[in-house]
Parts: sequence; structure tokens; C-alpha cells
Amino acid sequence: MTLNEIIKTFGLTVYAPPADGRVKVEHGYASDLLSDVIANAGRDDIWVTMQMHVNIIAVAALKDIAAVVIVSSHSPADETIGIAKQKGVCVLGTGMTTFETCGRLYAAGIRERGKGTI
Amino acid sequence: MNEANGSKMHLEFPVQGGNFSGAGGASSSIKNVLKQLGIAYDTIKRVAIASYESEINIVAYATRGELLVDIEPGEIAITAVDIGPGIPDIEKALQEGYSTATPLIREMGFGAGLGLSNMQKAADDMVIESVVGEGTTVKMKFRLS
Repeated sequence: MTLNEIIKTFGLTVYAPPADGRVKVEHGYASDLLSDVIANAGRDDIWVTMQMHVNIIAVAALKDIAAVVIVSSHSPADETIGIAKQKGVCVLGTGMTTFETCGRLYAAGIRERGKGTI
Repeated sequence: MNEANGSKMHLEFPVQGGNFSGAGGASSSIKNVLKQLGIAYDTIKRVAIASYESEINIVAYATRGELLVDIEPGEIAITAVDIGPGIPDIEKALQEGYSTATPLIREMGFGAGLGLSNMQKAADDMVIESVVGEGTTVKMKFRLS
């Protein structure tokens, strides 16, 4: 699925738009521990988290992540959105929980990499 | 400059203790420099991970510090130097899951006890020197393939 298709299919809120919505997303990761994401998420992955502070943008940019999905209707601060736009990091939101979001993404064919990415 | 020629580059990035919102600035700059130099993606990724985790360690634990970057033919060295509490037991600090993080640090998603181990995985070689009450120096080397 492309990132645009994911946004449309799951009705995700776009806080900061993708630099390129046509990017193909095949893998995903869910974690609220940033060093865990650094160790296990990879380029063009979709990252599902409850964290919403500005450091998620640094981690997403560091790992060239396709999009961050903030779950459970948590809204990122204006500062987070501003920096995301500035860095070209896509930030999305949903009212679904982490479990539900991951379940839907899995059903749509998105899988975990299953190995570390360092 | 590219990986093949003989030029060298030295960069320094100050990192302020406690400044969580500024964390990632140095590693982002380092990543951009390496991209411009045409360094391979896998190497850039490893250097960026190690730099970011180093920055977070300084922000979370130290008073202040800096990242020193030395780019040479065949090798990149990242040295994270800080003035801070130091690490009493380095072996323990390297264990995955061990952390001395405060609740505030953990709330932000740090302090999982994975930072140093991520740095060790990312680098080809890593040496930690620390004096309790004075500070810590982490030297990391990355071979260019």
C-alpha cells in the first residue's frame, strides 16, 4: 500500500503531510520506547505510537520513517507539528488504539521486519 | 570530498544537558554532511543512530557535552564527551534494559536501557571512559566499506 492509500483507507488525520505520499509502505513497527524504535524500525516503515512530543520527529527523521501514526486521539503539540513540517516528516493521527491500528495495518498486508535495523 | 580521496574533516557540535527539544540537532546535521559526502546509506544510518543516542545520553544525564566528528579516508570517528555524573559501572550500563533514568526521562520514551547497546551495535568499535563525578567519553569508530 502507498502512504496515501493508508491515509485514505483508515481515515487518518494528517497533522504533517508526507513529502511523497506515493511511497510504498510494506513494514510497520509499534512502540513507545524511542530506542526500541531506533533499533527495530526501518526506512519507509509506518510507526505506531502514543508518544507525541517533539523527539518522535527526530527519531522518525533519523530512521527515514514514512509516517508516524499517533493513536488514541492524542494530538501532537504545535511545536511537534511545526518541526515535522520543517523536516518533511509525515505525522498522522487516529482515534484507534495501538492494538486496533496495528491489527488493521496487518490485515492490509503490512508486516513487521522481524529483525533489527541497526 | 568522497570516501576515496585523502581529505579529512573535523566537526564539533555542542549539546546542552536537559534540552530535550533540541536533541537530535547534531545527529541530523551529521547525517546531512555524510549524505553530501556520498557516504553509503548503511554507514550514514549507523553513524546517525550512534550520534542520536549519544546526544540523548548527554541531554538526559550530563550537564553539557559535545559530539566530535572526524571523517577520514576509510573511517568515521564519533566521540561524545560530557561533563556530568559519570558511569559507576560501565559493564552494567551496557546491559540491555538497565537504566538509571528518572520518571521524566521515561515519560518521554527514553530510559529503556537500550541507548548504549544501540550505540555498540551501530559502531564497529566502541570504548567508554568515565570518571564518576567528572564525566564520560564514548569513542566510536565506523569503518567505511
